Amino acid sequence: MWIYEKKLEYPVRIKNPNPKMAKLIITQYGGPDGELAASLRYLSQRYIMPIPEAKALLTDIGTEELAHFEIVGTMVYQLMKGASPEEIKAAGAADYFVDHGRGVYPQSAAGNPFTAAYIQSKGDPITDLYENLAAEQKARSTYEYLIQVADDPDVIEPLKFLREREVVHFQRFGEALMKVQEYLESKKYF
Amino acid sequence: MRNNERARLLDEIRAIEFMTIELNLYLDTHPDDQKALNDYNTYTKQLMALKDEYQKRYGPLSNFGTAVSEYPWAWINNPWPWELD
Ligand SMILES: [Fe+2]
Repeated sequence: MWIYEKKLEYPVRIKNPNPKMAKLIITQYGGPDGELAASLRYLSQRYIMPIPEAKALLTDIGTEELAHFEIVGTMVYQLMKGASPEEIKAAGAADYFVDHGRGVYPQSAAGNPFTAAYIQSKGDPITDLYENLAAEQKARSTYEYLIQVADDPDVIEPLKFLREREVVHFQRFGEALMKVQEYLESKKYF
Repeated sequence: MRNNERARLLDEIRAIEFMTIELNLYLDTHPDDQKALNDYNTYTKQLMALKDEYQKRYGPLSNFGTAVSEYPWAWINNPWPWELD
């Protein structure tokens, strides 16, 4: 089971609404390389991991991704909050506004609703861990692009934190992959 | 307006908790690293003490039987994490 902690893993204090940026950042909420996809991917894959290190890692990173899902949701909420319909329209976010108001909805920057087709759970620990290495890099790239188009330090700082977490996750998944490979090799001979 | 003392304590908790998250993930793939494990235990004790202090002053940080509440039920108190405080 899960316990909720009533705080963010990294603080978000965005003072100036920016609906344009909200519409871009939403992609890390419900887009193809977003935090919801990441969390569902790892928490679904963990069942078939053959060694305790990998079961623990997928559980823990899957849980941390939920904390990131909350950070990104908070960013979208604060970026939309207080923006007038005129400002939203001028920012090119009227399409999002008519479907979701100032609410937070899991979709990509291009407006595609979240789908489990973004993830895989293949029943093969090697395949799944390779998928996760790629997923972490894709998330890192997306954060790079978001940082490149952002100009508010209140927005850039949490994005940088999230980008760095992808780098750490990639490292840990690489270590888990090596351990799973060693384990499967050892089973061949004994 | 931000409640400065509350926000400061929360920032402190976050900083220590970040160390425990980092070490936890590291230990998952390096369970025999005794130095890292000692660090994990040290930070965890600090974190538990800080959370105790916070919860005595500002109410539960977590739900489902992980922290007691004063009357009336303080879990519902604003601000929630997505709100500017
Ligand atoms: Fe990640």
